[in-house]
Amino acid sequence: MNQNLPPSVLIFGITSAMAEHTARKFAADGCKIAIAGRNQARVHDIAEDLRVRGAAAIHELPAFDARKPDTLAPCVAAGFEALGQVDIVLIAHGSLPDQDRCAADIDTAISEMEINFLSVLRLCTDIANRLEALEKPATLGVISSVAGLRGRQSNYLYGSAKGGLNVFLQGLRNRMQPHGIRVVTLLPGFVDSPMTADIEKGPLFVSAEKAGACIHRALVRSAGDIAYIPFFWRWIMLVIRLIPEPLFKRLKL
Amino acid sequence: MPFADAKQDDTLRSWGLQPLPAPQTPVSIRSRHATLPRSPDKTMLPRGLGRSYGDVCLNGDGLLLMTDPLDRWISFDPLTGILQCEAGVSLDAILKLAVPRGWFPSVTPGTRFVSVGGAIANDVHGKNHHRAGTFGAHVRGFELLRSDGARQWCSRTSHADRFRATIGGLGLTGLITWAELQLQPIHNPMMDTEDLRMDGLSAFFDLADESDAHWDYTVAWVDGLASGEKLGSGIFMRGNHARPDDATPTTKKLRKPVEVPLHAPDFALNRHSIRLLNFMQDLKLRGDRQQKQIHFAPFFYPLDGVGGWNKLYGRRGFFQYQFVVPRSGQQSPVRDILRTLSESDESVFLAVLKCFGDAPPEGLLSFPRPGVTLALDFPNRGDSTLNLMKELDEIVFSNGGALYPAKDARMSPDHFRRGFPALDLFQTHIDPAFSSDFARRVEAIPPRNPS
Repeated sequence: MNQNLPPSVLIFGITSAMAEHTARKFAADGCKIAIAGRNQARVHDIAEDLRVRGAAAIHELPAFDARKPDTLAPCVAAGFEALGQVDIVLIAHGSLPDQDRCAADIDTAISEMEINFLSVLRLCTDIANRLEALEKPATLGVISSVAGLRGRQSNYLYGSAKGGLNVFLQGLRNRMQPHGIRVVTLLPGFVDSPMTADIEKGPLFVSAEKAGACIHRALVRSAGDIAYIPFFWRWIMLVIRLIPEPLFKRLKL
Repeated sequence: MPFADAKQDDTLRSWGLQPLPAPQTPVSIRSRHATLPRSPDKTMLPRGLGRSYGDVCLNGDGLLLMTDPLDRWISFDPLTGILQCEAGVSLDAILKLAVPRGWFPSVTPGTRFVSVGGAIANDVHGKNHHRAGTFGAHVRGFELLRSDGARQWCSRTSHADRFRATIGGLGLTGLITWAELQLQPIHNPMMDTEDLRMDGLSAFFDLADESDAHWDYTVAWVDGLASGEKLGSGIFMRGNHARPDDATPTTKKLRKPVEVPLHAPDFALNRHSIRLLNFMQDLKLRGDRQQKQIHFAPFFYPLDGVGGWNKLYGRRGFFQYQFVVPRSGQQSPVRDILRTLSESDESVFLAVLKCFGDAPPEGLLSFPRPGVTLALDFPNRGDSTLNLMKELDEIVFSNGGALYPAKDARMSPDHFRRGFPALDLFQTHIDPAFSSDFARRVEAIPPRNPS
């Protein structure tokens, strides 16, 4: 990162509550920020907000829709062109599908795979190649989920998309390491946001604001490759993963 | 069923923790461009941070339009101090944004955890009312969303009548989606303050008159338990934003409050513990006059360091009783009120006295008006507390006074009408789909026919 210039941040899926709160932190840091989302009107509201919060510059990128592959590449190209140098990229879009619908209807399941896995794979591949070509240190953060660490009957379609994503990011991290490019897998647990509006809130829920602060710290200050959002999910998931499969398959989780 | 989660939520109470509402359905307003929920059989009421004390923020059997997601800035001009923001933005957020840039809310109530929408709907006031008027006086305009889908930009020049109805309109005229505010310039976050001992009520009026011209902020804390000679004794506090040359700014982060984890037992605040607290307050003031420069947070928001301080009153909650009466010379009705208090068995934790300025009310239902206002906290002890407040009503209303809706949980329809003579005009602006427990209780809205 050039110490004299404000960092440049590129965010996909800015209308996700977690991404918006992360962006607020970057804006307060005085960063240059380019943002993209599906709903252009909401992207515009967020752009105005980030400007007031102190962002050095805000670029509203063309709308992208994770279900429409041909909307992704133009959006990435516009982001790199607007910012020139790119220091931090955050990919945040996603959807939480209804597992029962995914089990009953394969088209729904495939469409959710497209949103939560394939579109991220497309974005990451394009972005990684561009970052490699720029030959500057950079950070690529991707919001995955603790749900990707073990398949459960209540949520395994989403979990398998995120699980595939986790392995993909491992490999990408390995590939980008010699180029000084950090790949950070962000693993939120339960976050109180519009995505989880229909789920009853328990004590493990954190606010989107808190999650945003954790993500900002994981991208800017810490050097870790895998960040649990917040930290305690590391220990919860350790326990969950240690349960032997013959026992786990009998649990109602 | 359009609203799946109709579960009663414990957090949807009022700040005084009573009255208890019938089940309410919260509906998050995710965007200022969103439309209102369709609910032919349920009324709706906007809700911000739930800091009003009684039932103006409750809508039993109805919807609550939760404005907390409306927390975005729209624009801020650091040259003019004009701020545009969504209605769910809190004063806390405004302070964090504006103070480092040399601006401050033109009017702030005693807590920074109120939303802009709530501050407009209750036309809140602060310690600078005698100089600056109410919050509404510094609102340049706002967008009002009505249940028929109409969006109106209301200001002093556009829909001016609706503007006046919505300021202090208790959320009944529609949903405020965003607003444009005028902030005031400051040089630094510090306050030059002076605390003075006052030995009685006439000392209060003398100090208030003397301070009017040179002090932007004045308020008095009165010992509600003092009687006889000492009736109306307490501490008079005044302050100004510090000048640029003589300030030694301390950088202070506006911290998240430390939460009170549980309801205190009902006996925690009683006559004796309050006497002790008042005594300690008294000890803090050495001599008769103390000048000091302090950060704005302890000056304006002494209670904001403790989140959920309302729980200290126990599960039964508490009443706020805030009235305004004309000054009528030195023989103010306030004297009769204080005498009644000192002769009663009820304990008053907070007694805050302030002279309002002469500015005409900003809204049709604005509470502040020329005169003197006293705010009292009573732990809820049931009938004895209610009876004392009835006694106080006699004094307030025989002197042409009024009670503050934002703090009220028990005034009668007749008292409301007498305190707010513009009610008839206001009623023409009420959105037919909007209602609240308060509006139904004081019959600002005629009862609905169950059809």
